[in-house]
Parts: sequence; C-alpha cells; structure tokens
Amino acid sequence: MINARGLARSFKTKSGPVDAVRGIDLDVSEGEIVGLLGPNGAGKTTTLRMLTTLLMPSAGTATVAGHDLVREPREVRRRIGYVAQVGAAPSAGTIVGEELITQARLQGLSKSDANARLAVVAPRLDLGGLESRALQELSGGQRRRFDIALGLMHSPRLVFLDEPTAGLDPQSRANLWEHIRSLRDETGVTIVLTTHYLDEADALADRIMVMDGGLIVADDTPEALKARIAGDVITLGLEREVDATSAGRIAREAIDVRDVVVEGGRLIVTVDAGAIAVAPLLRALDAEGLAVSSVTVTRPSLDDVFLTLTGRSLREGSDELVPSA
Amino acid sequence: MPTETFLVFQRQMRILLRNPVWVFFGLTQPIIYLVLFGPLLKGVSGGGLGGNASWKIFVPGLLLQLAVFGAGFAGFGIIQELREGVIDRQRVTPARRASLILGRTLGNVVTIGVQGAVLILVALPFGLRASVEGIVSSVVIVCVLALGVSAASYAMGLILKDEDAFAPFIQGVSLPLLLLSGVLLPMSLAPGWLRHLSQVNPLTHVVDATRALFRGDFGNGDVLWGIGVTIALAALLAAWGTRTFQRQSA
Repeated sequence: MINARGLARSFKTKSGPVDAVRGIDLDVSEGEIVGLLGPNGAGKTTTLRMLTTLLMPSAGTATVAGHDLVREPREVRRRIGYVAQVGAAPSAGTIVGEELITQARLQGLSKSDANARLAVVAPRLDLGGLESRALQELSGGQRRRFDIALGLMHSPRLVFLDEPTAGLDPQSRANLWEHIRSLRDETGVTIVLTTHYLDEADALADRIMVMDGGLIVADDTPEALKARIAGDVITLGLEREVDATSAGRIAREAIDVRDVVVEGGRLIVTVDAGAIAVAPLLRALDAEGLAVSSVTVTRPSLDDVFLTLTGRSLREGSDELVPSA
Repeated sequence: MPTETFLVFQRQMRILLRNPVWVFFGLTQPIIYLVLFGPLLKGVSGGGLGGNASWKIFVPGLLLQLAVFGAGFAGFGIIQELREGVIDRQRVTPARRASLILGRTLGNVVTIGVQGAVLILVALPFGLRASVEGIVSSVVIVCVLALGVSAASYAMGLILKDEDAFAPFIQGVSLPLLLLSGVLLPMSLAPGWLRHLSQVNPLTHVVDATRALFRGDFGNGDVLWGIGVTIALAALLAAWGTRTFQRQSA
C-alpha cells in the first residue's frame, strides 16, 4: 500500500531551516493498521501530510496506493482517505448529511452513488439518524466519527487518521477504537494513524513505528517492541534478606535472564517472557531452600519502550514544536 | 471541473443563506454613505456634481466600494475554513485546485451582485436617474472585479492564516486604493499631484468607466479602457489566487 524511501521535509523558519522529517523509509502492506507514535514535533503529522499529497516532500520518493506521490497526486487522492487532526468548531449552517454528500461528490461520486454511500457509512459510524443535524450540535465523539465518515465516503482502500482520539473522553476513545478496528476487520481497509497515546498504539496497531526527531527509531509489533527493548520484570520478595544474593546466583543458573538486580531483600529479574520464567525460577529457589514471600510480574509499558528508545519519557504536554537535534 | 466548482459554490451559498446576517452587514457601509454623505453632494458644484446629477457620480463609487470591501474581506472566511479542516478536506480530493477557489469566489460574486442591486434600489428614491443599460453593465463590471479581488483575498487569508493580521492588511490596502480612485468625489476636483497618482491606480479606471456608463455615455473612451483594466486586473488576481492556493500546502 505504501512504499516510501528517504522521505524528507524541511521548513523554512525565522531561525533557519528545520528538518521536520529527515529521510524515512516506510512500508505498509494491505490490511495493516500501522501506528506512528511519537511526541508532538516528532514529525508524525508532517509524514502524514506528505503521504496524503498535502505537503510536497523536500526529498525522497513514495508510492501510495499504487501511484507515485509526486507525479500522480490526483490518482493518489482518489484512492486514499484522510482524516485530519480535530479542527476548530464548525461553521453555523453546516449539516452532517450535506457535508458528507459534498465530500463524496468532490471525490467524484455521482449524486445517487453519494446518497447510497451515505446510507452505508453513516450507520457504520453510529451517525445514522443524524444526517440532518447541524455540525455544531454534535458531541466530541460524534464530531470525530463524522470526520472519519468524511474520509470513508469514496470507499478508499487506505485511510490516514491524524490523532483520531485526541481530546476525547475515555469512553468516546474506547468507542472510536472499536470503530477503527471493526473497519479494518470488516472491510479490510489499510489504516495508518498517528498518535501520541501509547495505549492507543498498543490497542489498535498491528505495527508501531516510533518517531522521534524526524526519524523512525523503531518499527515492530507492539509485543515485539516491548519484548525487544524492555523485557518483563519479575520482582521477588525474600523472607530473609541475606538470601537475596544467593537467590540472584540461583536465578542466573536456572533461567535465561537479561538482568538481575539485588536490592535489599528483593530480587529484580528481567527476562524475555515473565509468565514462562516465573515457575522454574520459583522451583529452583525452593530446591535450594530459599523462602519467597511475594512475587510480581510486570510487563513493560510502551512508555518504558519509548524511554529506552529515546532516553526521554513520552508525555503529553512536553511539546516543543520542533525537536532539538 | 464545472461540477466541482458548482459543488463548492453550492456549499458556500447554502451556508450563507442559512446565516444571511452578514449579507446585510456588508450593505450597511455603502448605505450609510448613501444616506448620510450622498445628500451633501447635491450642494457641491464642479466635477459634474450638484443636484440629482450627483447620484450618477456617487453611486458608481459606492458600487466599487461594495465590491472592494466585500470581496476584499472574503479571505476572512477561508481562515475559519482552514481551522475547521475544510480546506485540507477538500484539498485531499482529486478536485482541481482552481475549482476549489473558483467555487468560493462565485459565491462572493453572486453576493455582491445582489448587494449592488439592493444598493441601486435604495438610491432610486434619493433621486438616482441613470441609464438602465449603464447600471446593469456597471454591476457586471463590478462583479468581474469582485471575482479577482475575492480570489486574491482567499490567497492572502491562506498566507496570513490569522484574522488579526488579515483585517488590518485588507483595510490598509483597500482604503487608500478606494480613496485614490475617487470613489467619494471625482478626481477632477483633485490637485494635480493627486490626480496624476490616481491614474496609476487601476480602480480609478473602473470607477471612471462605471460613471460614464451611468451617464449612458457608452461611446466614451473611459468605458473601453475601464472594461479592459477590470478584466486584466481580475484575471491577474484570480491567477495569483489560484497559484497561491495550489502552493500553500504547508
């Protein structure tokens, strides 16, 4: 669906040129949900705007939905849907159904095709019955579903979602995730979304590309990213503090560990798969007569992953417009 | 392309007709001039002024003012559309860029045509007596000009992206251009330096042409010259507007 090589974009600013995206390679196959994850200013939106023909790349090439991005932008536009970041409050006098029809017709659908498509798209995004409602009267969640409906009117095989759930309450977010997932599962559409929410990327994406400073710093499944970078952490409490050091030695012999830390009466073991490692570890300690008082296994969060990859925590609000080099 | 243009035009008009307040708002300024300033000219002599003949000088000026301010502030709307995401949403369709801007400018042209007609109707009871063909062709000229001006205004809106910068810019450009074209009083009353300066201003030729047309003086050289300037200016501004719309993808 997407093959991009060396895609880059720089902007002229008062303080000199800024490289928002510094030459990325990116491949997305049909039917995938790919999440572009990174803090604000990482280059996610710039990447998305280049892939949707809204922004000319300064360098690099890309084929999107079978057509060259730079040479055949109109062919690309026919085949993709784009849902921008949530916009300002809509103008008075805009009506849900009319806006969807106008969008479909600008995409080249005939009047009757546009009406037929509206009858399919509106219910699928829980907008059935709201066609004659003013845009200004929609709730935040409805407005976002309307935005997605706009991008789906011409049945594109590839849809880009820019921060689909930013600013929504938790319930609306979970609801929108359901919609996005079922969209792919039922229609097989390929979805590329940007987010700076780790849980969103984790919940939705088959594959995550982590962006930072205009580069893709990691590209893998959420599971693999978590396993590759952080590993699971088993924390054992020992009844006698003096046993901790020998427990560490036993752990190294009994199982494949990545890291062992002894801290007071606690043993902290990092392994690839905690759920599998915990039983043999406990058996080995038991065989040596060491009494264990507590066990916890924690999976790393994508927060940990991001921290490991970039040395910075991924927090909303730590938003520079442009990443420091 | 005609379909796309019509779709954009239709959307603009739909929104406008549901919220027609500013159509009237756009008319208030010329009507205030007509009612509170126009009668003064009846007592002024020189430059073709004096008595009811003054209206044939003054109303064409108000028409031009209506078009320049009305179309000049069109870009206000596109800044809001930019924020709403409407512009990006339309730009990501295969619709031609020219039709996206042309559909919007047609909305402005129709609005200004209607406003111009209302202005003339209001001027009649004050004593405006002018050539009907002249009035109609003047409104058409002013509409052609409005097409170019609104296209340029949309381009400026996209460049400035901020109402606080946009409003003073448009005010700052249009007010001197209008005054320098002699919309309020004919430039024949001006001292030499001002008259020479006004000759460089394309709007001067537009207003001269419409004044000749109001008089019914169709053979006057000002008419042909003014029509030529209007078409050239509108084409130039529209081309620039479309080009900017195409390039402002950032």
